[in-house]
Amino acid sequence: MDNVLKILSPGPLTTVQDAGRFGWMASGFSPSGAMDLPAARTANLLAGNPMDFPVLEMTLVGIQAEFGCDAVIALTGADMAAVLDGEELPRCQAVAVRAGQVLACGAAREGCRGYLALAGGFALEPEMGSCSTNLKCGLGGFEGRKLRAGDELPLREAPPFFGGLAGRRAPVPDFPPPEETIALRVLPGPQDGAFTAEGLRAFYEGKYAVTPASDRMGIKLAGPSIEAKDGYDIISDGIAAGSVQVPASGQPIVMMADRQTTGGYAKIATVITADLPKLAQAKIGSQVRFRAAGSPREAQAAARREAQKLRRLEYRMLWQ
Amino acid sequence: MNTPEPTILPAGDAALVVAFGNEISPAVNARVRALTDSLARRPLRGVTECVPTFRSVLVAYDPCAVRYAWLRRKLARRLAALSLAGEAETRVFVIPVCYGGAFGEDLPAVAEHTGFSPDEVIRRHSGADYLIYMLGFLPGFAYLGGLEQALHTPRLQNPRTSIPAGSVGIGGEQTGIYPLASPGGWQLIGRTPVRPYDPRRAEPILYRAGDYIRFVPVSAEEYAELEQKQAAGERIWEVKARG
Repeated sequence: MDNVLKILSPGPLTTVQDAGRFGWMASGFSPSGAMDLPAARTANLLAGNPMDFPVLEMTLVGIQAEFGCDAVIALTGADMAAVLDGEELPRCQAVAVRAGQVLACGAAREGCRGYLALAGGFALEPEMGSCSTNLKCGLGGFEGRKLRAGDELPLREAPPFFGGLAGRRAPVPDFPPPEETIALRVLPGPQDGAFTAEGLRAFYEGKYAVTPASDRMGIKLAGPSIEAKDGYDIISDGIAAGSVQVPASGQPIVMMADRQTTGGYAKIATVITADLPKLAQAKIGSQVRFRAAGSPREAQAAARREAQKLRRLEYRMLWQ
Repeated sequence: MNTPEPTILPAGDAALVVAFGNEISPAVNARVRALTDSLARRPLRGVTECVPTFRSVLVAYDPCAVRYAWLRRKLARRLAALSLAGEAETRVFVIPVCYGGAFGEDLPAVAEHTGFSPDEVIRRHSGADYLIYMLGFLPGFAYLGGLEQALHTPRLQNPRTSIPAGSVGIGGEQTGIYPLASPGGWQLIGRTPVRPYDPRRAEPILYRAGDYIRFVPVSAEEYAELEQKQAAGERIWEVKARG
């Protein structure tokens, strides 16, 4: 076989994603990109790639795939019980694999989305500036769609001496146990004024469960109804990542990577950048609650701390 | 011009909204566009997206590169110096539409609701220039202003699960083109062979906010010819200067 990753079993939703397709929201294109971006970036760093290279995002159940060539891989994000030729693989560690070996991931034991990076990356051409798959438009990634059994993903040639990457490690993420409520920090607005005092109290004091209707567009939650003053509709405007929109059902939806670019529902608050990965990894049935993040300044300090963790990891990789 | 002061509000820690009022009007939308044009000409550090809508602009940025307070200050200064005079030449996209028949199944229903004959609905619908207020919902989906009140028709009770790309419809006070096959509840009155979104084109999205759209009726035979021309790589729409 050639330089390919042959998909034997794709799992329910495996797509190629990078950091996202930017600059096209004004034309109506969702940014797409990895839902848990720090996990995707960690996988790339372990595999010796630039942080924002395309990786595979696997949802709930991972892939089974055969390597057409020797490679170094890294698995991050959800714990998908990965084995290589029957032997359990460590998480968040670069591992050398030989041509003909088979990677078999299972159902996520912890978390919801797993990421696979390969040293050298996938040989895919960016479309409109990104390799992220936009499922609605059939754009980017591998043929613009989710992976199917039999697909052969072309790989770029790995860097020389890539075998030396094996063994590099990053901290394994600490997912909360299923019974624990996930706290999400939010900044109010932009349309918090559209809601009654009771509505705001319900939002900040209630617990909300992640429902099965959740996907890459939005995490749909169920819990105490959020009351609007007079109607949930606004004149359609732009939707930021993490926007919590509340339609007439009174049930909040947190808008994620594949969100519509604009929408006509009032947005009560916005989940801060540092906490979006927690939501991306929340399983169906998980409980979340919202709490005020303070000021944009504090929220941005949290975002910078997360970015620094990755930068420190990148630096450490030079010496491992 | 007596317009309210724009407000700047955070939309999380990686975006903010500049709102120019709370109404849909060409005057408010012109200010939205003026800011968008200004940011396109002279970008601000850290800004990753700029999404113009009816009455506001969503500005997304890298929260690790710039701080909210800094960006807010920069934008306030930009807003104070904003001029409406510098608008680029207005373009009108002339889009051929085959009205009625299999392409516009709901034309009879729209005719009945409005009290016009189907021909009169076509004459009126194709007799106006529609301002593109914003793009959103789907890639290349244009929110158009200017549908005359006499043509307003409620959406379908039961939305269709799939509407072919290029369908032209009326939904309440709005009219527009479906750029992709998608579910939808608008009354379909025709179809255009023009693809507002074509990933293989140098400009994947045909038009932008601030342009106008004019529909011209074509027969089913002309529609088929245009489709062939397009397949051969020919341009089947016209762009004219407005005024």
